[in-house]
Amino acid sequence: MEKILFILFIIIISSFCYAEGQIENQSDNQTSTQQRLRLATTTSTENTGLLDVLIPAFTNRTGIKVDVIAVGTGKAITLGENGDVDIIMVHARSREDSFVSDGYGVNRRNLMHNDFVILGPPDDPAGISSVKDAAKAFKKIQLTKSSFISRGDDSGTNTKEKELWNTAGVIPAGKWYKEAGQGMGAVITMANDMQGYTLSDRGTYLALRDKIDLAVLVEGDPKLFNPYGVIAVNPAIHDGINYEDAMRLIAFLTSGEGQSIIKNFQKNGEKLFYPDVIK
Amino acid sequence: MVLNKALTLIFTADREVIFISMTSLSMALTSTILSTIPALILGTVLSIKNFHGKSIIIIFLNSLMAMPTVVIGLLIYSLISRSGPLGNFGLLFTPWAIIIGQSILSFPIIASLIYSALSKTAVELPETLETLGAGGTRKLYMIFRESKTAVLSAILSGFGRVIGEVGVSMMLGGNIRWFTRTITTTIALETSKGEFELALALGIILIFISFTVNALLHWGVNRNV
Repeated sequence: MEKILFILFIIIISSFCYAEGQIENQSDNQTSTQQRLRLATTTSTENTGLLDVLIPAFTNRTGIKVDVIAVGTGKAITLGENGDVDIIMVHARSREDSFVSDGYGVNRRNLMHNDFVILGPPDDPAGISSVKDAAKAFKKIQLTKSSFISRGDDSGTNTKEKELWNTAGVIPAGKWYKEAGQGMGAVITMANDMQGYTLSDRGTYLALRDKIDLAVLVEGDPKLFNPYGVIAVNPAIHDGINYEDAMRLIAFLTSGEGQSIIKNFQKNGEKLFYPDVIK
Repeated sequence: MVLNKALTLIFTADREVIFISMTSLSMALTSTILSTIPALILGTVLSIKNFHGKSIIIIFLNSLMAMPTVVIGLLIYSLISRSGPLGNFGLLFTPWAIIIGQSILSFPIIASLIYSALSKTAVELPETLETLGAGGTRKLYMIFRESKTAVLSAILSGFGRVIGEVGVSMMLGGNIRWFTRTITTTIALETSKGEFELALALGIILIFISFTVNALLHWGVNRNV
């Protein structure tokens, strides 16, 4: 009995030591005394793998460790309002502006953009592939009652989708309209399984393209523009906000180095994001 | 094909796979140990003492066993968020947040199961003991000795609930790579990305961990009986 408890104790201690060691290994600099920087961002930047190259480059240069919390834009903004993160990187311009004007965020910067695409089954039962206007395509999906999978999670993509339904004059409801409440990758996978339509950012689509047979049916409409912004959380609202490091991250992301990492980031041989500061 | 890649990840001892497994294991073990201490006390008191409101506590404990992990996550989130009452400690999105959540998650299970284990022997044993003239402490010791296996399986049930939960780890830990990413949150993330290899590899490891922990304790208990 005592022996077993002893073994368990050793396992715990060693796993803690291991975990600590691994955390330290992540950075060459000794930063254990330093505060961590918390970044809330959208699933699209994480699922594509962009942050896996951007963040290590930043940590290498500055020694600041970044905790990435990947959630939808809506949740990221809430985390910022509650002071649970120090900086947010999101894509829903109207909500970013009210985040700043309500005093929760400061120093908003344009970072990069890509665009949204409407995905659907290659045989296109709603016949939207000839339509150039995204809102008209949505209208056709509703009229033919073709399956549409919505993020339904208040994310940036979900916000854009609601804007498009609004422009189309449609209140989406009914059996054909399915709110998944999940991240972009999961929703694309669902749409693929159900052979339905969905709205996706191009980055996540390209990252998943080899695993699905959905096709891009509508693209290029100016309404489908998808800009990303980065905003520091206002340190005056809550105590303990790591404002200084947040500003250093913004400086890095908008620097020549940060912008060229964004520009050169590719997945399956295609560019996923276009830098907006230094083009 | 997917399974092949998953097994390769395990047998090449992929650095991230090991880190994630160790994080899960240390979180779950720590929180189980933390909740076992108060659960043991409560379970023992409930089984040997009679007092007013006892059945209310038991009903309450049993209903807490069914509490969804995300509800516990949400409650603790509202407490330890910067805008919450305990916000100044900066606990959210750290391993400690997960440990707190998992401790609260496993407490009612362990307490309730220890209570049922002990109350059975507490009824049968005392008469025998009193005829033998055993005192209070001695009596308690005998009760524990007799129900050792049942108490351990209560603790294991608590461990089983926390090692496999995803709600608390995701909400309170934030699934931060190289920090709070656990087996279950990685499975959720990788599945959402359509990367099933890593998810499956971790699923296999999860089963292996729970098998090992159970086997160790089972072996330890039976050897000493």
